[in-house]
Amino acid sequence: MNVIIYLLPLALGLGLIGLFAFLWALKSGQYGDVDGAALRVLSDDDLEK
Amino acid sequence: MELAVDGISCAACIGRIEGAVKRLPGVTEARLNYTNRRLHVAWADGALRPAQILSALETQGYRGHPFVPLRAEQEEAAEARKLTRCLAVAGFAAMNIMLLSVSVWSGNVTDITPETRDFFHWASALIALPAAAYAGRPFFASAWRALKARALNMDVPISLGVILALGMSLVETANHAEHAYFDSAIMLLFFLLIGRTLDHAMRRKTRAVAGNLAALRADTAHRFVGGEVVSVPVAAVKAGDKLLVRPGERVPADGVVQTGNSEIDESLITGETARRAIASGATVYAGSMNYSGTLTLLVTAAGGAALIDEIERLLEKAASAKSRAMRLADRASRVYAPVVHVTAALTLAGWLIAGASAHDALITAIAVLIITCPCALALAIPAVQVVASGALFRANIILNAGDAIERLAEADTVVFDKTGTLTLPEPRVVNAGALDVELLQKAARLALSSRHPLAVALSREATLRAPYDGAVEEPGQGVHALIDGLEARLGSAMFCGLAPSPFVPAQAGTQSPTTGAAWVPACAGTNGDFGASSIHFSYGRQSATIAINQSLRPDAVETVQALRARGLDLMILSGDRDEAVAPVAAMLGIDVWQGGLKPAAKIARIEELKRQGRRVLMVGDGLNDAPSLAAADVSLSPISAADVTQAQADAVFLGERLKPVADAVAIARRARRLMAENLWLAALYNLVAVPVAIAGLVTPLIAALAMSGSSLLVTVNALRARGPR
Repeated sequence: MNVIIYLLPLALGLGLIGLFAFLWALKSGQYGDVDGAALRVLSDDDLEK
Repeated sequence: MELAVDGISCAACIGRIEGAVKRLPGVTEARLNYTNRRLHVAWADGALRPAQILSALETQGYRGHPFVPLRAEQEEAAEARKLTRCLAVAGFAAMNIMLLSVSVWSGNVTDITPETRDFFHWASALIALPAAAYAGRPFFASAWRALKARALNMDVPISLGVILALGMSLVETANHAEHAYFDSAIMLLFFLLIGRTLDHAMRRKTRAVAGNLAALRADTAHRFVGGEVVSVPVAAVKAGDKLLVRPGERVPADGVVQTGNSEIDESLITGETARRAIASGATVYAGSMNYSGTLTLLVTAAGGAALIDEIERLLEKAASAKSRAMRLADRASRVYAPVVHVTAALTLAGWLIAGASAHDALITAIAVLIITCPCALALAIPAVQVVASGALFRANIILNAGDAIERLAEADTVVFDKTGTLTLPEPRVVNAGALDVELLQKAARLALSSRHPLAVALSREATLRAPYDGAVEEPGQGVHALIDGLEARLGSAMFCGLAPSPFVPAQAGTQSPTTGAAWVPACAGTNGDFGASSIHFSYGRQSATIAINQSLRPDAVETVQALRARGLDLMILSGDRDEAVAPVAAMLGIDVWQGGLKPAAKIARIEELKRQGRRVLMVGDGLNDAPSLAAADVSLSPISAADVTQAQADAVFLGERLKPVADAVAIARRARRLMAENLWLAALYNLVAVPVAIAGLVTPLIAALAMSGSSLLVTVNALRARGPR
């Protein structure tokens, strides 16, 4: 059972990484425009420059 | 700078708009938010004038409007971010604690060692305590505010339950006990935060739509500076300014006409559809549409214009007099909170009298608090509301007020305004069927070149939206162009070389004697017709007279029937003349109607209805309706409504159909039924669970199952609010 001593913090740490990734995404405004990104990918105007 | 951009419809728009703005010298950043149709532009100081950005947009065919986010909207955005962060933290904590708890539960029936269990409990505590301290803030703060005001709300039992559950679990963990309730507390927070976040997101979406519309409406005024005319934002107009108002523009501020003759449409302000002839010396009000001639105007009151002030004063009075209908949830929580607290106290006392130790009695009492934790109860109503407002959104109705659904469900009398509500906000061609299709199309395409309101109405008929080359507008007379080598003219009868239209009777007493400046004669009160205007078109030797009129919303008749079938009483209260209201009432089969009502009279009628014990749903759009919307029990207004009016309505409906009104009532009634059902389900759950808790038989596993089970039940039941589809 001793394996839990480091497995548990490891699991928590991974969870925390996920949480902070989400909070960072939220803070950097990635949920500000949820419809635009899907349409932006269709435009090719970044190719010629 | 933030701009609300009009006319975005496709993916290519993003590139075109951003590209056009970025090509301007000095612009460092341009980013379009497709979701809320707003463009963010940043530029080096002094490198360009903001007007250049607007004209760059215009060359691409979009209209941009400077947008100043309202304080309320910014605060709501901050609140939404906070809620989402709380939700993320609670979700993370709930998942991890559940992982540990499930291990403990399965271990308790197999071979877990007390040391391992303690370790798991401490780990849970380590996650739960900071998470609850962070994610519970919205509830704690609200509960604290309620307590300070010596009141109870739903958040008080929630906060108490969470804090006690965590505290007790901590003590139990320190005593190496078998059970801890960290999972229950955090799961409760997680469930409740989901409800609250969804609720908030729905309201914010509404706010953004309304904010954009407000920005789109804020137009520019033309001010005389010295001898020159300069465009300024309407907000910058001051009393004493001299303004130029061209045909087809709205009057930007209250004022006195100095020079010029014209006809103005004041339907937005008074509901009256007949145009008023004005000459120098006449007083005009902000929001009126200038029809035929160019006017110079001396501003007497700007911004909070005099007439609008008057209406706002009425509005405040009406809003404060509005009996605050108590929400179902508040009523439930008012009963619920004391009952729970008393039950817990009685349990404690009962077990002590029965001779249990203080520790056991306390644990049982807290178990009662947890098991009755208003999970189901607190979700019962918000879940239905979220699902129902989603259903309303699909039916093209946007809610302004959270409790509107309940009030909508209770309405038994519908009061309609006429202009812009039962009728379309913009005039339409009404005799399209009687005209030659090709001729009408040519006229409509030619009309694209004019800004005259009637021409704008006609141009909506154009299937090919390309104006003719070389079309020339003669101010005050009409437009002409060469189409396939033949002269085409659109405008007054004289301009087209025609005899005056046969259906312009000379008896139009409410109208001006048609002046030379008015290129379209208007007539009102023609036999049963409500304010038809005509516009003439000649093409070579062919000619046509096109009648343009306020027409009923296309499905008004069916909607009125549907509402009546639901047992609602219908009536029309209009600011327009009786002659204009009567035909509409007759067409719709509404017997009870009144015309020529001033805003105060409308309120008086509504108050009277309320005194008779009726629940009044008011549907209106004009500035003159705003106070009555506030006075009614619940109100709806079309998206084309005036700003103040829209802000006052409980819900706003989109599109040119009236059907949303009937849909709104149907959805609200279904939602209301489900809310009541859900409350009964929650009560039933408590009826079963509480005795178990009082008996002291509740383990964390039972608590978790009961809580998620009941929450799931009410949520699934709430999904039925989507309606049969």
